[in-house]
Amino acid sequence: MSERVAVRKTYKLFVGGKFPRSESGRSYLVQDSNVSLASRKDARDAVVAARAAVKGWAGATAYNRGQILYRVAEMLEGRREQFVALGVPGDEVDAATDRWVWYAGWSDKLPQVYGGANPVAGPYFNLSAPEPTGVVAVVAPEAPALLGLVSVIAPAIVTGNTVVVAASPAAPLAAVTLAEVLATSDLPGGVVNILTGRLSETVPTLAAHMDVNAVDLTGVTDPELAADLEVKAAENLKRVLRPVPPDHDWSADPGLRRMTALLETKTVWHPKGV
Amino acid sequence: MTATTTSARSDLSELGRSETALRTFLHGLPGVDQVGAEQRAAQLGTRSIKTSAKAQAIDLAIRMVDLTTLEGADTPGKVRALAAKALRPDPADPSCPHVGAVCVYPLMVPHVAEVLRGSGVHLASVATSFPAGQAPLEIKLADVRAAVAAGADEIDMVINRGAFLAGRYSEVYDEIVATKEASGDAHLKVILETGELATYDNVRRASWLAMLAGGDFIKTSTGKVPVAATLPVTLVMLEAVRDFRAATGRQVGVKPAGGIKTTKDAIKYLVMVNETVGPDWLDPDWFRFGASSLLNDLLMQRTKLTTGVYAGPDYFTLD
Repeated sequence: MSERVAVRKTYKLFVGGKFPRSESGRSYLVQDSNVSLASRKDARDAVVAARAAVKGWAGATAYNRGQILYRVAEMLEGRREQFVALGVPGDEVDAATDRWVWYAGWSDKLPQVYGGANPVAGPYFNLSAPEPTGVVAVVAPEAPALLGLVSVIAPAIVTGNTVVVAASPAAPLAAVTLAEVLATSDLPGGVVNILTGRLSETVPTLAAHMDVNAVDLTGVTDPELAADLEVKAAENLKRVLRPVPPDHDWSADPGLRRMTALLETKTVWHPKGV
Repeated sequence: MTATTTSARSDLSELGRSETALRTFLHGLPGVDQVGAEQRAAQLGTRSIKTSAKAQAIDLAIRMVDLTTLEGADTPGKVRALAAKALRPDPADPSCPHVGAVCVYPLMVPHVAEVLRGSGVHLASVATSFPAGQAPLEIKLADVRAAVAAGADEIDMVINRGAFLAGRYSEVYDEIVATKEASGDAHLKVILETGELATYDNVRRASWLAMLAGGDFIKTSTGKVPVAATLPVTLVMLEAVRDFRAATGRQVGVKPAGGIKTTKDAIKYLVMVNETVGPDWLDPDWFRFGASSLLNDLLMQRTKLTTGVYAGPDYFTLD
């Protein structure tokens, strides 16, 4: 018997529910593994996939979205060892799973907390309801690799947005492994898309893209790049979440802001009649 | 790749006089190498067209679009809006060329004619009981005359696929001749509906039949059956028009229609036109795209080239 040859994994992109290589064919080495180096065309394709998924995901009931996100947490729990093998501390995997469950629970509660009836001086019911803004481009923080990633993806999608995530160039393995979790969790293809590679290639494209509705610059560490991205995002009035300070405590209670920042408020006036 | 040789045939115009002569000629055309045609089409689709060449290709493709709406729900207001878009596809950019034509049902022709008058944008109308073509000849011809009278200067007719597939070539031939006559000065585009013809050999035969009968354009599809224009089918048709010009001296246009939705698709077709029949056909008078959603993608790509930023569908009209 000859000795078995191990099957080595190439870490690919996650676009539209599939795992394509970069259209550029490039890759780079991280922890001795090949990781796809996404190009701006991959970013464009990811936006197309994310846009196509908006209707179904935003149109799903909040209850259904919550169930699917809870399912993600189940799968995340089952892959604990795999993340640990990549160097993510066990405690962090647990915290990320708990964070995911916490956000999953908000799916059908946020509209009650953040929307509701407005008292108006007239014979009308006046109701405000939050709606997803659409496609969100997210720059994931470098550390903590998994908890940081979960903390930026979950709040964006729980309300019905779809995301294109630029994973941290230094920590892409946890991101692609999370993509494998998402791909096996009944999450519709295109709701989360993950690009690995240089931020300087993909993120300016996403920030300038006219079919992206918001950018979350959390993982951007260079203040000049952040300013440039904000300028690009201004062209079509994208919502912008600014970078977090380097000493940000990711294990603290995240609050509602990451969810509410990516919402639009719809207000309806309805005559009271007899 | 097979090419059609017709050098020995001196007078093709006599063919229509007898069913036997027509059948002998059409069945005497060399068979299409299916694998060869598909491989050739796939290979031409891999060309990389970038920057200034891409900009030129996009503008040419816009000029070649037959902006089409063929829905039961078409209203005068909707087709007028479409005609306005045909004149000025990108209102934000005056350098954007107008499209080749607007293509509508005969009842909608007068409404479009009002908008297009004097603009240089052609007005095409489908006729001959589109899309099935299963109606008595008098009714089809009345359909054509009504469209021309209402202001259409291009007629898109469907061939009688039932008769063609049953081998009654003369019947198809005579119908095209009669439709050509009824169209008068209007250009006649003959829709082969290649998705229903089953084989490339049939596509080649139908192309020749349509050209022999006097069609000014041969068009792949109605857009109403599941299989519409494909690259290999268009390749076979382009070879047919090339060989037809070599044999008779008359140039016939080609119009793939249905299923062409992206700029990339459109550029693949343009590459194939250039490589198969040459630059003589790279002109809106000789090559058209029957499409509706293609135009928005062309405009978005055009905007990307001028602004450097990917555009979104929110900034272009829905139609």
